[in-house]
Amino acid sequence: MTATTAAAVAIAPSRLRAPWLAGGILAVVVAVVVGVAVGPVGISPVGVVCELLSHVPLLGVHSDLSARDAAIITELRLPRVVLALLVGALLSIAGASYQGTFRNPLADPYLLGAGAGAGLMVTLAIVSSTATLGGSDQLVPLAAFVGAFGAVAASYLIGRSAGGVAVVTLVLAGVAISSFLTAIQAYLLQRNSDNIREVYTWILGRLTVATWTEVALVLPYFVISVVVLLMHRRVLDVLAVGEDEASTLGIPVARSRLVIVAAASLATAAAVAVSGLIGFVGIIVAHTVRMVAGTSYRVILPLSILFGGAFLVFADLLGRTLIAPAELPIGVITAFIGAPFFLFVLYTSLRGRE
Amino acid sequence: MSAIRIDGLVVELGDHRILDGIDLEVAGGSWLSIVGPNGAGKTTLVRTVAGLVKPHAGRVEVDGVPTHALRARARARLLALVPQTPVIPVGVSVLDYALLGRTPHVSYFGRETAADVAACRSMLEQLGVAELAGRPVETLSGGERQRVVLARALLQSAPIVLLDEPTTALDIGHQQDVLELVEQLRHEHGLTVVSTMHDLTLAGLFADELVLLDAGRVAERGPASAVLTEAHLREHFGARVSVLQGVDGPVVVPARIPRARGPGSGPERSKEAR
Repeated sequence: MTATTAAAVAIAPSRLRAPWLAGGILAVVVAVVVGVAVGPVGISPVGVVCELLSHVPLLGVHSDLSARDAAIITELRLPRVVLALLVGALLSIAGASYQGTFRNPLADPYLLGAGAGAGLMVTLAIVSSTATLGGSDQLVPLAAFVGAFGAVAASYLIGRSAGGVAVVTLVLAGVAISSFLTAIQAYLLQRNSDNIREVYTWILGRLTVATWTEVALVLPYFVISVVVLLMHRRVLDVLAVGEDEASTLGIPVARSRLVIVAAASLATAAAVAVSGLIGFVGIIVAHTVRMVAGTSYRVILPLSILFGGAFLVFADLLGRTLIAPAELPIGVITAFIGAPFFLFVLYTSLRGRE
Repeated sequence: MSAIRIDGLVVELGDHRILDGIDLEVAGGSWLSIVGPNGAGKTTLVRTVAGLVKPHAGRVEVDGVPTHALRARARARLLALVPQTPVIPVGVSVLDYALLGRTPHVSYFGRETAADVAACRSMLEQLGVAELAGRPVETLSGGERQRVVLARALLQSAPIVLLDEPTTALDIGHQQDVLELVEQLRHEHGLTVVSTMHDLTLAGLFADELVLLDAGRVAERGPASAVLTEAHLREHFGARVSVLQGVDGPVVVPARIPRARGPGSGPERSKEAR
């Protein structure tokens, strides 16, 4: 009996363990250094590290880069890398949160229609008012939020009322909603052809024009949505037992779900507003974390932020180096990796159901 | 004192009236078992008491408070439900799963304290599944799993435990184990237990009182010896059974319908068996 007691005590509840946290932070640091170092003008990683540290007060690190190289880092590459970090983190934590609250492993901001909804509302804002992309225009993220939340709510309600294999119907509803919204968007664009090129490059997902302005635009939304979602990480673990059981365990299910979906949609909208439609990040990152680090959202959410950010920095790096000097839209890169990954998750989740 | 009081309860799902005027009182510390044919409304009754289904008319009171008026957390501190087929999240460990039972005692944005974890460990110990703490719940056998689900329910520290078909997926030995365990815990923790049961003999063996539900109404109620009679079971289940007097109560034994032997009869069962 003492032996079994000792064995039971040795097992601890799921928590984010220090090695994983350290691994996530390391991934972010490596991504930043590599992301900033690689580009048409070669700058050594050591130079990058010194330059970055020289901006941290009280460290007393001196950078010996030329003024031109320093400017390339701080004005061109760093804002782009930071924006990729933020967008990757937002899309990943949104994907993980949608997956948790809908109990659906295939949920992803893009597949639930959040991307298309945000895209349509942003297009509408641009063609019908003076809103502009790539600036500090507050109307863009706001419109994106309304579109993202509306589309996810519609996908959920339709998918739920359709019944069937819930895992699949939710995504099918999301795909149908996306197609519908994209059609309206295409119509709007054809009617307003002056904006067409700008909107299309934005739709394909871009971090090309990233400046500190975009970073400043997305940062407040990043803080709000990430804080709200992280606060719900234990609630997401309870929601994993389903609506009824979560309710008998004392969770106000409808209210919790609404808050989580709103926060995840805000995260998606902020990402979409500055970077266009970048699909599959939520599926790729959240599932990889789940497979290797644990199934509790106390582990998945924080690690999704870190690894999601690092992942998108590397995806962006591929986008700008594969066919240099031209650039591949980052949405193309993530879809190229993400679509096979989606099929893998679909296959395993349907197999697991048998 | 009655722990649960149900007055004129009517529940409709779509156009179907599932519960049609139920009046029932469950005394504190007693074990009431609900039996009845398929579709009689047993599960709906339990789910309504648990606050998951809203009554169309009538009310369910727990300790004098209508359950559906309570907030989820307050309800979870009064009533713990063990559903017929609990949802087991993929990969969740036994310890994490049982710890979910502390949810009504953890603040919404908070996390479990060391005391919660200790309570969880000792509950797993008491239920004989402490050595499984690190195993994923989905890898457990049916009997082990049912103990873990019970541990989660008991960790809610609710005075009333609702069990929906607690023995469905179990063999006869594990059925007895689980019911004996519930009986033991009922005495140790002073619980009021309401269960739905398919196995009439087992239901009679363990419960203080049986309620026979048919078409959404209470058809019979009382001690097992009064409810489990051949006449009642024929009337409400359409069942041909013999009820024998066992040492601890009535034993329900199914009987074949006597029929003339001849070509074509034999192993095929008559469609008119009911």
